[in-house]
Parts: sequence; structure tokens; C-alpha cells
Amino acid sequence: MSHLHEEKLKYLEEMAAKIRFDTIESVINAGSGHIAGPLDMADIFTAMYFHVLKHDPKNPNWTERDRLVLSNGHICPVQYTTMAHAGYFKIEELKTLRQFGTRLQGHPHRSALPGIETTSGPLGSGLSQAVGMAIGFKMNNAKNQVYCLMSDAEQQCGQTWEATMLAGKLKLDNLTAIIDRNNIQIDGMTEDIMPLEPLKEKYEAFNWRVLEINGHDFYEIINAVETTKAIFEKPVMIIAHTIAGKGVDFMEYQYPWHSKSFKPEEAKETLKQLRTLQGKIKSEHE
Amino acid sequence: MPINKKAKLVYNVLELDKLEQKPTRDGYGLGLVQAADENPNIIALCADLIESTRTENFAKKYPDRFIEMGVAEQNMASVAAGLSAVGKIPYITSYAMFSPGRNWEQLRTTVCYNEQNVKIIGSHTGVSVGPDGATHQAIEDIAITRPIANMQVFAPCDVWEAQKTTYAISKIDAPCYVRFAREKTPVFTTEDTSFEIGKAQVFFEEKSRLDVAIIACGPLVHNALLAAGELEKEGFGIRVINNVSIKPMDERTIIDAAKDAGAVVTVEEHQVAGGMGSAVAEVLAKNFPVPIEFIGVQNRFGESGLPNELIEHFGMGVKEIKEAVRKVTNRKNNYKI
Repeated sequence: MSHLHEEKLKYLEEMAAKIRFDTIESVINAGSGHIAGPLDMADIFTAMYFHVLKHDPKNPNWTERDRLVLSNGHICPVQYTTMAHAGYFKIEELKTLRQFGTRLQGHPHRSALPGIETTSGPLGSGLSQAVGMAIGFKMNNAKNQVYCLMSDAEQQCGQTWEATMLAGKLKLDNLTAIIDRNNIQIDGMTEDIMPLEPLKEKYEAFNWRVLEINGHDFYEIINAVETTKAIFEKPVMIIAHTIAGKGVDFMEYQYPWHSKSFKPEEAKETLKQLRTLQGKIKSEHE
Repeated sequence: MPINKKAKLVYNVLELDKLEQKPTRDGYGLGLVQAADENPNIIALCADLIESTRTENFAKKYPDRFIEMGVAEQNMASVAAGLSAVGKIPYITSYAMFSPGRNWEQLRTTVCYNEQNVKIIGSHTGVSVGPDGATHQAIEDIAITRPIANMQVFAPCDVWEAQKTTYAISKIDAPCYVRFAREKTPVFTTEDTSFEIGKAQVFFEEKSRLDVAIIACGPLVHNALLAAGELEKEGFGIRVINNVSIKPMDERTIIDAAKDAGAVVTVEEHQVAGGMGSAVAEVLAKNFPVPIEFIGVQNRFGESGLPNELIEHFGMGVKEIKEAVRKVTNRKNNYKI
């Protein structure tokens, strides 16, 4: 991983825009699936697969690879799309999302698709698995880094804090977790449903180092991950502040778009906004 | 006495007062160290119960391969899944009420569906846990583990078989659940008694006539043998099968028993609903239906008491097994297939 220069930044931003579009197209095509989370995590997934991760899409079982554990499996459409663009499989396969016989299961299944590190969906168990991997690498004196991507709502799961406590106890400095702090969950806003704040202080109290970033700023995402390399004897939590539904004006900050079926006109408008970056590209033809 | 000599049981298997008594959990402790001595990838996790689950010897011998989890069984299951994902073979240990009880969904999703090689060690199963009472007496653990795809399930009958089971599961790449008991129970198999995953063993067989097959698992196999010995004197011909491998089950041996005897009694220290007997009934209903009586807990919770008085109170004593044999014999004779 290296620092960002202008050219790479432009490449990442364009890639993230493509990934947003292809992700939502695949969900529309599937007829169901989650929307807001995949849109707001597109920048972080892009940064991970196109800059941060040590990985080889042509050799997904490479033993030296970093491990990316997606804990909130329901946002998998954005992971599938990012993996396709990174070269794990052909982009056409995104059309099979959620269809019978697909490798792209509604929630990700490790054995179905090489490159998926854990089967996930039920919230709150990803961090535990990432902790297990980090312990295993420490036991073997291996240098692999473990990343765990989590939702904010799964901070309401008791198991998350069991894992947090263990990672703090064992000083797992080969573990970095990233919370998608988009403030929404199925029934409403997190602070109305079950308040999470002060989230930073909670993790600090469990002996983690905590960084807070704008989850849509590639400089901040990549600098934060870079910073974790210089933190020893503690696991690191990156709280990434994101905008739910990022990229589609009528979805942003709107919890009902956590997961919802598209009406035909909504689908058309969504794809138009994602294609033109919310109308910034004026030459769009209808 | 028609003890099956090929099973290589102790010579005085029916002399209860003279048999050595040890808890099956001791066998787990021994089997774990035995497996770990051979394979450096074997590690153990425990949720604040290393002494009573008998994980202690391993933790002392291999401190770098032992992880104390604290009272956090859900985390323990998924951490183990992560460890397996990077090549370890984790044994996770607690009381069965908490693992696989409290962490069932984690076992289903992150271990079994995720195809991770985790061994779930459930101690303190059955009402024979005794004075601790119903909260700590796991009597539903077979029912909740058996239906999970990829999971294998075992209930060893004594300390020797417990050790062999613990060792044998280290050699297969699959999630396994093994249930153990807290209380000392008769040691009636020997080092030479065979153990094989997917195999049931005939421990007792009357060759001249066969009326009923008793299919049992766990320490209650010994009660089944005592019942068979007494029934033999009353003129009944009994075959006793030790059905340690609940999943995969030795269907051939179970079906043959039904064909040969025409009636079956199942015996387990577990709820009748969803237990080993239910699994036997599934096999027989499909292949060779015969009358079956089920010995086990009948839709109740346990309670505090001495192990043996609880076994009898809940209808799993020698007397009740004999009664079930008589009842199923009558049913067989009244309902010809």
C-alpha cells in the first residue's frame, strides 16, 4: 500500500462510481436486496480492494493474503461488484445475484464464491471470526492483516462486545475493524432505536485505538488504514462516518432505503443519478 | 451371559458394584491431550470452566495453544470458526447448556454452514448433572445439533469411549459435537473396545432367540446392559447396541436389529423429542418399521437431586427399561407387521 497521488485518487473515484452503478443495477435486476448500505460503503470497498488489501484475485486462496471479513453480510452486493471489478470473476456474473444456482447468494457464502472469507448475514458474528483469524496468525507468527467491516447497528449485538473485549485483552494489533457509521437501521435511526453513542469512548474503554474518518474521502480512508500499521499492542477501530444511500439524492439519510423494492420509476431515476453522479454529468441522454 | 466377546468389554460388565467409576468428561481431557500431542494445529478454547470440563491438562501442557474466553460462548463459537479458517483445529468447551445451547446460531452459521472444522465439547449433559438443577442439565443438545447440516454428533458411553471419540474427531475435517457427562459412571469398555465414526457396536446378544433390541447411547448403555442381563434370566432374548455415533448413524446395524428382533427400545439421557431415539425412528420408519418404546426425559425439565435418584425419577432406570421391553414385546405380538 502506498500513499495516494492525484492520478490514483481519480482512478478510485471513477471506480467507486462504476461500482455504485453496477451494484444497484444488480440489486434492481435481482428484484430484492439491500441498497443504502452498499451505496455508502462503495468508497471503502473500492479503497480496500484497489489500494489497501494484499490480495490476488487470480489466486483467492493465496496464504499470504490479508483477510477481509464482511460482518454485515447483507451489504454483499457492493462486495460482489467490487470483487468483479477487481478481477475475481466476470462482471456479467453480477446478473445472477440472488438467482437460483448463483455463486452470489443473497447473503455471502464462503464455500460458494472463492474470495469470500466467511459466511455471514446474521449480525454480530463477523468480528469474532476476524478475532479468531488474528489470533491464529499471531500463533503462527504470520504477518497477514485482518480487516473486519461492520455495520453500526450490529454494535447493538452482545456478541460484538464479547469479541471486542477479547481483542483488547489479546492486544490484537493485526486486526483493524471499520464501522459503517451511517446512522440507519431497518426500523429507523440508530440513536432512536438503540443509541450507540458515545461509540468512540466505548471502544477506547475496551482497550482499542479508535480513529474517526469521513468514509467517502479516499485520503482519509487510506491514511487511517496506513496509520493503523504504526499502532502496536492494540486493535484499531475506524469509525467511518458515511451517508446512507450515498449518491442518490432521495435515498441519502433515508432509513426506509435500507432494503426496499424499487418501483420502475425509482429504478430509472436511481440509475440515472448514479450514471451522472447526481446530475453533475449533463450530457446524459434519456 | 450373552455378552458379545468381540466388543472386548470388561469381564465383569454386569457387576455394577465392582466396576470402576469415572466421568466421561475425564476421557475428553485425556483424548484432547492425546490428539494435541500428535497435531500442533489442535488448540482449545474454554469459557471459564477449564477444571470442570477437564480442559485443564491441555491448558497446562500447551498454554500457547489454549485461549481462555471468559463467559462468552457465542464469541467462542465464532472465534473458533475464524481460527479454523486459518488452519487450526479448535476444540471449544463449556457446559452443553451454553455450548451448543446458548451459541446455537453461531454454530449453525459460522461453523457448520461456513464449513469450519470446529469440535464442540458439551460437558454436563443429562439430569445426572445432579444438584445444580435444571438450568445446568442439558437434555436438548442432541435435538439442536443433529439437524444442522455438516454437523456430526456423538454420545460416548464411558470414559474409554469418550477418549477415543475425542481423539477420532481430530482426524476428520468436519464440525463435530460430542456430549459428555459430569457424574462418574461405570467404566465397562476397555482400551481394546473398537470405536469407529459411523459405527454402532453390539455389546450384548442372545443368540438363541431375539425378542427386543435395545439401542442406547451415553452412560445409560450400562443401564441397558443391566436390564438385558436381568431380562435374560426371565427368558427374554435381548440385543444391546451402543449407538455412540448418532450422526452419521450406522443405519445397517439399526435396520438389522429391527429385522432380527421386530421391536426396539431406545435409551438416552435426553429429551425423547428430537434425540437419538428420534433419529433411530427416522431410520426405521423409512426402512423397516417396528414398534419402538423411547426411554428418555418426557417433555419435562430436570431438577436438583442425586444423579441416580434423578435417573430413576425421570424414568431412565433399569426398572423402566425392563418395563419398556415388556411393553414393546406386547405391542409386537399384538400388531403383526
